[in-house]
Amino acid sequence: MTNEVKTKRRKTRSLEYSDSVWGYAFIMPMLIGFLIITVLPVIMTFVYSMTDKNMMSRTTNFIGMENFIKLFSDKTFRSTMWQTLEFTVLLIPSNMILTLGLASLLKDKFKGCGFFRTAVFTPVVTSVVVWGVLWKYIFQTDNGLINSVLKMMGITGPQWLMNLKMAIPISVFVTLIKGLGMNMVIFIGAMLDVPEDYYEAAELDGANKFQQFFKITLPNIAPSIFLVLILTTIGSLKVFGQVKALTNGGPGTSSYVMVFYIYQMAFQSYKFGYASAASVILFLIIVALTILQWKMRKRWVFHED
Amino acid sequence: MKTNGLTNNDYARRKKLAKKTGKYIVCIIIAVIMLFPMYWMFTTSFKTPMNVAKYPPQWWPNPWTLDNFVELFVKRPFLKYLWNSVYIAALATLGVVVFSSLAGYAFAKIRFKGSNILFMVILCGMMMPIEVTIIPIYTALSSLKLADGHLGLIICPMFGYCGAFGTFLMRQYFLTVPGELVQAAKLDGANQPRVFMKIMVPMAISSISTLIIFTFLQSWNDYLLPLVLLSSSEKFTLPLGLTLLSNEDGMKWELVMAAATFSTLPILVVFYMCQEKFMASLSMSGMK
Repeated sequence: MTNEVKTKRRKTRSLEYSDSVWGYAFIMPMLIGFLIITVLPVIMTFVYSMTDKNMMSRTTNFIGMENFIKLFSDKTFRSTMWQTLEFTVLLIPSNMILTLGLASLLKDKFKGCGFFRTAVFTPVVTSVVVWGVLWKYIFQTDNGLINSVLKMMGITGPQWLMNLKMAIPISVFVTLIKGLGMNMVIFIGAMLDVPEDYYEAAELDGANKFQQFFKITLPNIAPSIFLVLILTTIGSLKVFGQVKALTNGGPGTSSYVMVFYIYQMAFQSYKFGYASAASVILFLIIVALTILQWKMRKRWVFHED
Repeated sequence: MKTNGLTNNDYARRKKLAKKTGKYIVCIIIAVIMLFPMYWMFTTSFKTPMNVAKYPPQWWPNPWTLDNFVELFVKRPFLKYLWNSVYIAALATLGVVVFSSLAGYAFAKIRFKGSNILFMVILCGMMMPIEVTIIPIYTALSSLKLADGHLGLIICPMFGYCGAFGTFLMRQYFLTVPGELVQAAKLDGANQPRVFMKIMVPMAISSISTLIIFTFLQSWNDYLLPLVLLSSSEKFTLPLGLTLLSNEDGMKWELVMAAATFSTLPILVVFYMCQEKFMASLSMSGMK
């Protein structure tokens, strides 16, 4: 008897041992690739940011915090930061309000709701370049769609993309339209998770649709709203393709945003060290936002219990 | 009189009808705003140069012409760009699917030391944007003389954001599979690779297809990485070919729109065939 148990135990133990070997084997390709392609470059970006690495000179010197000091005394970088902030501040509230509105409009099943959802989602699957170039065409001063329509109404349209003050708002508008479908679908999912009886009870108490939205829907989907808020903010800090295609940073430097600046410094001026310092700043902002999201999510999970 | 004798019921019904009509009007306006740019892109690509410059704008191409597409395929290497985009996206997707499901399964169903910590490490990868790692990736690849090639475009998504997201997604799925299933198969003498291939992969088809859609689209639409890495134009992908065209001197909008249509249409067709799956896949990547 005991011998039998012993051999059985030994057998399971050896099974478990061979299992853990398989475990390591299964994760190894991903883990090694991940360390080389993601972890190492992040570390290298931090290292580069403290050097004067560039393409012109062969030698690379350690220069401490000099790049960061130079960055913050660079007028272009400071205005880049402001424009990125402007972009984010314009995008986030409009995105949140529109996507919440769209989600509550399209969440219930009705004839054609699938079509309307698909319509709103269509720009999400296009590439940022296609989308940016398309809107560049629509916003052309001469012969662009918008100005042609304005002309038909007897209005001379402005020089949209050539205007210093318009470049960022137009980029925001183009990004906004492209991203609506994504957040809408997330919100629809969250809204459908709210128990139906909450609304029935509210209806019996005589609450109208608006009251229901603010008193029931919003509080119940708050975790999703917060998640989407952070993700959209991170996305807007990383905006690049649309801006490159639409305005190419111009006119002048009036639509430089963070990633555009990094791109210019690293791959047009080949100042790798200097550009890495800007990357580090972007990285720290993103990490801070992500940690905030995790912290808040834990809190919400706690609340739900 | 009948008109004065409307009952409360009739009022309620009319109010409901008015509400419904209002809802449809709003929905239709939204749909037009969302779809009109795509319509404009599509129709412009079939117009003659003269009609593109016309005022007032020509809302419907007359005559329709295929000249723009012919120019893209015959005079310009757009078929080559198409091939580059297709095979890069296909290989990247294949890699992500294989390595993520292996890792995801191991993290969910195999107990080994350090699995939690290693999973956390990969999870952190989901917040490392390529924008932050791109400079060292470029310098490393260019010192290996590999920058102007497709290798970087294939392996970066594999072991970057897409791979990390895939590992997470597959682990979440495999956690829902009952452990008894694995136990039973092992008692029957199956080893882990066998369990994985014969039982787990077929069960996970839905999650795998989510991952395929997500990764393929990411790679197909990727812009920053090919822009930074590729320098010789025969290696370009569709988005780069499109920007090359739109930055030319004397650039022609009908040609640019044709290129835009050409690079969007394949994705759009697949999207309209399985929209539900697309929407679920992409929004899931947002939800994490």
